[in-house]
Amino acid sequence: MLGLIDYFEPVTDNIGLFADAFLVTLEICLYGATGSLLLGTLIAACRVSPLPPLQRVGSAWVTVFRNCPLTIVLFFCAFGLPEIGINAPFFWFGIIGLVLYTSAFACEAVRSGINSVSAGQAEAARAVGLTFIQSLGTVVLPQAMRTVVPPLGSVIIAMIKNSAIVGAVGVGGDLFSTYGTLVSARGLPIIPVLLGVAAGYLLITIPGGILLGVLERRVAVAR
Amino acid sequence: MSNPVLYDNPGPRTRRRVMIGSVVAGVLLLGVLALVLVRLGEEGQFSGERWGPLVNLYYPKFAALWTGLGVALWNNIVAAVLAMTLSLTIGTALALTRITSARWYRWAVVSVIELFRGLPVVIAIFFAYRVLPEVGIELPKLWYLVIGLTAYNCVIIAEIVRSGVASLPRGQAEAGAAIGLTRGQSLRLVQLPQAFRVMLPALISQLVVIFKDTSLGFIILYPESVRFVRLAIEELDNPLQLFFALAVIFIVINYLLSRLAVYVERRLSRAGTVGPRPGAGTLDTGQPLAGTSTTGG
Amino acid sequence: MRWNPVLRTGIAVAAFGLVATACGEQESIGDGGGDQAPAPSVEQDAQFEPGTTMAELNEAGTITIGTKFDQPLFGLRTLEGELTGFDTEIARIIAGGLGIAPEDIDWVEAPSAQRESLIERDEVDLVVATYTINDERAERVSFAGPYYQAGQTLMVRSDNQEITGPDDLRGSDAKVCSATGSTPSENIREYIDEDQLVLFDTYSQCRDSLDNGQVDVVTTDNVILLGFISESDGAFKLVGEQFTEEPYGVGITKGDVAFCEFINEQLRQAAESGAYDAAWEATAGPVAEEVPELPGLDPCS
Repeated sequence: MLGLIDYFEPVTDNIGLFADAFLVTLEICLYGATGSLLLGTLIAACRVSPLPPLQRVGSAWVTVFRNCPLTIVLFFCAFGLPEIGINAPFFWFGIIGLVLYTSAFACEAVRSGINSVSAGQAEAARAVGLTFIQSLGTVVLPQAMRTVVPPLGSVIIAMIKNSAIVGAVGVGGDLFSTYGTLVSARGLPIIPVLLGVAAGYLLITIPGGILLGVLERRVAVAR
Repeated sequence: MSNPVLYDNPGPRTRRRVMIGSVVAGVLLLGVLALVLVRLGEEGQFSGERWGPLVNLYYPKFAALWTGLGVALWNNIVAAVLAMTLSLTIGTALALTRITSARWYRWAVVSVIELFRGLPVVIAIFFAYRVLPEVGIELPKLWYLVIGLTAYNCVIIAEIVRSGVASLPRGQAEAGAAIGLTRGQSLRLVQLPQAFRVMLPALISQLVVIFKDTSLGFIILYPESVRFVRLAIEELDNPLQLFFALAVIFIVINYLLSRLAVYVERRLSRAGTVGPRPGAGTLDTGQPLAGTSTTGG
Repeated sequence: MRWNPVLRTGIAVAAFGLVATACGEQESIGDGGGDQAPAPSVEQDAQFEPGTTMAELNEAGTITIGTKFDQPLFGLRTLEGELTGFDTEIARIIAGGLGIAPEDIDWVEAPSAQRESLIERDEVDLVVATYTINDERAERVSFAGPYYQAGQTLMVRSDNQEITGPDDLRGSDAKVCSATGSTPSENIREYIDEDQLVLFDTYSQCRDSLDNGQVDVVTTDNVILLGFISESDGAFKLVGEQFTEEPYGVGITKGDVAFCEFINEQLRQAAESGAYDAAWEATAGPVAEEVPELPGLDPCS
């Protein structure tokens, strides 16, 4: 037992650093999740809207960001945005990249939820004279949210895991970047540090998964 | 959308409004695009010097660049195919273990699956790359990437397989039992072959995810396309242009793969096999765009 | 499973690459490299005491050398797959002394974070990769040389008047860029707060970020920065004195004293014959102010 404690000394000695890194990752995930859900819903609304240019932009958006590796999306945020005159801390570029990428998946989850609402609901909404925005906002989307919760939850958990690569574009201080600092530059042993970093991610994803399960059961009202 | 359900079939006035709205939206979007292009132009991002190696056949580095990129992309494809094959094999085995295992050790299988599902794929790849050599397993970089990708994806595929099997009507398993098959035999001979048909679109979507993730090979210096582009930048000094070209290549390949998934899905649902008919009696806002899986890679 | 469409796409892409090759015109240009590096002399009938590393390598006729693939001026792999830079020239000189021709060298990429483990696991015979000699590393590997004395300094945009040396960094709240896991990135921590540091994999990404205003300072060894300045058309400048000393050594298996002494002898001879100067002229020469002297060699242990 004592041996095990010794083995994880590189982690316990730097526990403050790990805690900071954990909080940075958590922060990235919170901003990222909020942004992705909002943008994803907006793009989904574009895709089902009556305006053809918006529909096209919506589908182009999804095709581009869903099929392009996140590394490349992040690269364009960190090195492309400054070229068109947008300067911000790399932290925000990392979040923007994460949001752009994840919004494509969130959009498809929301849209498949809209698809699952029975046609009679929308017809009823129109019959009482609601406009497109009203029927979408007050009738269809609230019902869609039930079926949307499980896939949307998976999208967000995938985003949390994807956040590990923002370190490649200059975002410092998150969990995976901390691994680089401790192992490459300070020469600590690889395995315990990597296990510590992995535990940090599991500390977010596993409770996230459990929360999602609870939420899923609560919204799964029989129709 | 021939028959929209979310809004009425437009009358003349609405059509006019939609027209105006479309034009305004279109002009706005084009305006933003133009602004971005102008800014990029001001920064000299459209100079021949930066695009030459990519588009000018007679530019000195043109041949070397595209040959190298072709080889590097081939390395992506090799890693993706190997990782997919392995993930499929191990994932199916995991799913079967989970389905057939006795209650007292099922929790072990489930924990392993949940544990791996919660880890970032970069960590899985890095683990394979840095930890395996420490314990004496030395392999080419390709295999570290493949092992990392497999560890991450096999548990996802296990879940796809499990839900595929679960989606079959109970009668299938009962019929297998009735003709005297053991549980394993019935799974192997009756349920899995049907489940795979249901799962095919989801599996193809997962292939897209794996293919995108092979680009993470750059962190372990596997000579794939992102790594190649990063090296080429040191010589050609045109990062935006090279990454733009690579992004287009990835998007085209993955788009084609996703179309394949949609095509397979349509064929399967037309053939009237098991599984719920998509979109029956619901708001159909068109075919899902490029694939069915909604989880990010 | 229906793999065919997948494979077909892949083959199409690869084929496109090949067709593109066939159409293109091969033409090699030395981009910023100055003169072509002279071919190092290859010892034809070298004799070594049996059992030494030198005898083994000479017998095998090939050597595996770890170097950087992404560091202009020191070790850069070109699109054609050739390695250029001062480090690779030094490596070729050493190989020549062992009777191994440049084309018989097996190059292995040796990123900063993995140099020790490559040597420890015998995956390479030696490492020449902007490898700063320090005590921590010397516990795991032995160093021959140093063959070059670098020093860390700062590069800023030319219009920056505020920063004149490392001591101004903390007060100015400048963003400072360096490479992940590098010695300069650790050295600079002394002068700045944690949130001022930006890390990328390569220095050229730092350079691009300096160019577009995302960071204010790039810090690493002077010659690498001089390389960026020479191609920047006056957009960047160096500020302040070198504030560290970075002796670059040749990493070899821990305790191989004979091999270390052999390499030192090769370096000494190269300095005498002018091969050392020629290697510098052909690689880092065009951007550096002067050809360096071979530093005093450390004793082997």
